[in-house]
Amino acid sequence: MSITVYVPCDSGAISLGADRIAATIAQQAQQRGLEITLVRNGSRGMYWLEPMVEVATEQGRVAFGPVQAGDVAGLFDADFISGGSHPLNLGLTEELDYFKKQQRLTFARVGITDPINLDDYLANDGYRGLNNALAMAQADIVKAVTDSGLRGRGGAAFPTGIKWNTVLNTPSAQKYIICNADEGDSGTFSDRMVMEGDPFVLIEGMTIAGLAVGATQGYIYLRVEYPHAHKALNAAIEKAYQAGYLGDNLLGSGKAFHLEVRLGAGAYVCGEETSLMESLEGKRGLVRFKPPLPAIKGLFGQPTVVNNVISLASVPIILDKGGDYYRDFGMGRSRGTLPLQLAGNLKHTGLVEIAFGLTLRELLYDFGGGSASGKPIKAVQVGGPLGAYLPESQFDTPLDYEAFAAIWAVLGHGGVVAFDDTADMAAMAKYSMEFCAIESCGKCTPCRIGSTRGYELMDEIMQGQDLDKNIPLLRSLCDTLLNGSLCALGGMTPYPVLSALNHFPEDFGVNEKANVA
Amino acid sequence: MTQPSTTQPTVQDIIAALKDKPGALLPILHGIQDAMGYIPSDSVPVIAKALNLSRAEVHGVISFYHYFRETPPGKHTLHLCRAESCQAMGASKLEAHVKTKLGIDFHETTTDGQFSLEPVYCLGNCACSPAMQIGHDIYGRVSADTFDQIINELEQSA
Repeated sequence: MSITVYVPCDSGAISLGADRIAATIAQQAQQRGLEITLVRNGSRGMYWLEPMVEVATEQGRVAFGPVQAGDVAGLFDADFISGGSHPLNLGLTEELDYFKKQQRLTFARVGITDPINLDDYLANDGYRGLNNALAMAQADIVKAVTDSGLRGRGGAAFPTGIKWNTVLNTPSAQKYIICNADEGDSGTFSDRMVMEGDPFVLIEGMTIAGLAVGATQGYIYLRVEYPHAHKALNAAIEKAYQAGYLGDNLLGSGKAFHLEVRLGAGAYVCGEETSLMESLEGKRGLVRFKPPLPAIKGLFGQPTVVNNVISLASVPIILDKGGDYYRDFGMGRSRGTLPLQLAGNLKHTGLVEIAFGLTLRELLYDFGGGSASGKPIKAVQVGGPLGAYLPESQFDTPLDYEAFAAIWAVLGHGGVVAFDDTADMAAMAKYSMEFCAIESCGKCTPCRIGSTRGYELMDEIMQGQDLDKNIPLLRSLCDTLLNGSLCALGGMTPYPVLSALNHFPEDFGVNEKANVA
Repeated sequence: MTQPSTTQPTVQDIIAALKDKPGALLPILHGIQDAMGYIPSDSVPVIAKALNLSRAEVHGVISFYHYFRETPPGKHTLHLCRAESCQAMGASKLEAHVKTKLGIDFHETTTDGQFSLEPVYCLGNCACSPAMQIGHDIYGRVSADTFDQIINELEQSA
């Protein structure tokens, strides 16, 4: 009997040598005359154990990791394909604490299935949501999404159902679904993991969105930095077309939905929805004024749903199990689960999908295992490069949109980047201004000019020049950016800058007293 | 025909295949850069004519996006991540090492034409910081030593 061995094709695992491991395993098996089936799955999201090889046994899948090419012969000697004992044997994958404590709804299949095998997808509850949606009225699909309480996972947390409802009720001959897969926020990788590890769930979610609002064309706007996701999406889209899950006649229903991947070109601002649409139209990615809302006048002037990858990938399970099922996870107005991404200086980096409500401290220590360097965690940036830096005194904040807003922070796309006590927060603030200057689209003055002035100002502050004058000037500049920018790039750059200043004034050469004045 | 450049047949083929897509300009620019490594200046008027745009508009789009380049790259283009997660794991030190080892700054190409160095703001490999990308190949937990090893291997395979 052939034994199934899993080696992830996730680009994170590949970045640590997974391709070489897969080749070595195949070669060793052949040499030893062992019949194995090698499956390239997505990542389970435990990156400190990558490359993590799994073997299917009667008890379940057994994990080995982190595996290096030099370990492979020894693994075969230890009969790892029968789950044999070896120093790298981690036991049953699903019994690993980090994995077991999670609530995986959106990531239910990631790491389990072969990402571009449609049969595998169908055998693991795939396309059940679409089947239900095909039998429902458009308004009922939208209602299920509204009832689920799903809010945009790209960062803005706008209720997805309300957005869909606007597009549904805006009459037009042509409407569009856009998936914002321009995952530019540093410290985030959940979109990438879904697209590489379970692309069909995104395709299914977009198809359901198309049915719900009456859109027949979808675009996935993917960042060019993700070549592996590009390949996986195109392969999955081709299979979906062949099997009738995309095209002019979805599963014989007479309804149409077409899907195409478009590549960005390295502009962070194109993750902003109006800039993204300009880019899709073949223009410079300049931010548009709102209103009109994209839901009313979006791509090529037509009503358009723009949702993040995770939002759309959460739709199939909502349509499969119902809005109530999803809504029953979470706290307050933050319903369902959030795929959090642990990054930076942490021992156990990776993906944690869990219901809202966990505290940041639990996430950093119970999941993250504390800092990788062993030094105290000084600051954590949550929500990407435009997210606030949180000091240790705020680690007990629950992961909830409103709780974060209350301490002038954001959850954003769920990225969590930890820094140990060697980090210079003034240097991080300077970097935030530099990043804004590099990535500004240039349309509005506060962002275009303010970011450069902010960078120069931080340069002076770091040299200790005129702090009495320069610190208030930095605050005033941030106030202009915050209130005068056209989009979140300029509008939120003050979050990392001012939170660094407020929580770590000593790094700016000022004591707290002077800072308050 | 007044176009003397040898690049034109490739450019013409790419434009012909893609120009009828809605919002065709970015797919065309990607197609040209994939085929040639950069977007030659003599392709700009050809693209402009096919899409009924001005040359200024096409140039404006090329120059807006960090990824598009107007000069030929080295044999290997190296994207080094400068973002927060990588910084938290020593990316600044790695950046200094990379620049010294290659003898170039960001946006430059080594004199032997082997390597071009570009900054990138997140490769989505933040759980394996610091990260870099060479061509389509991604590398995680890069140290000065592993960097030297990767570069030496690439140089030997040349």
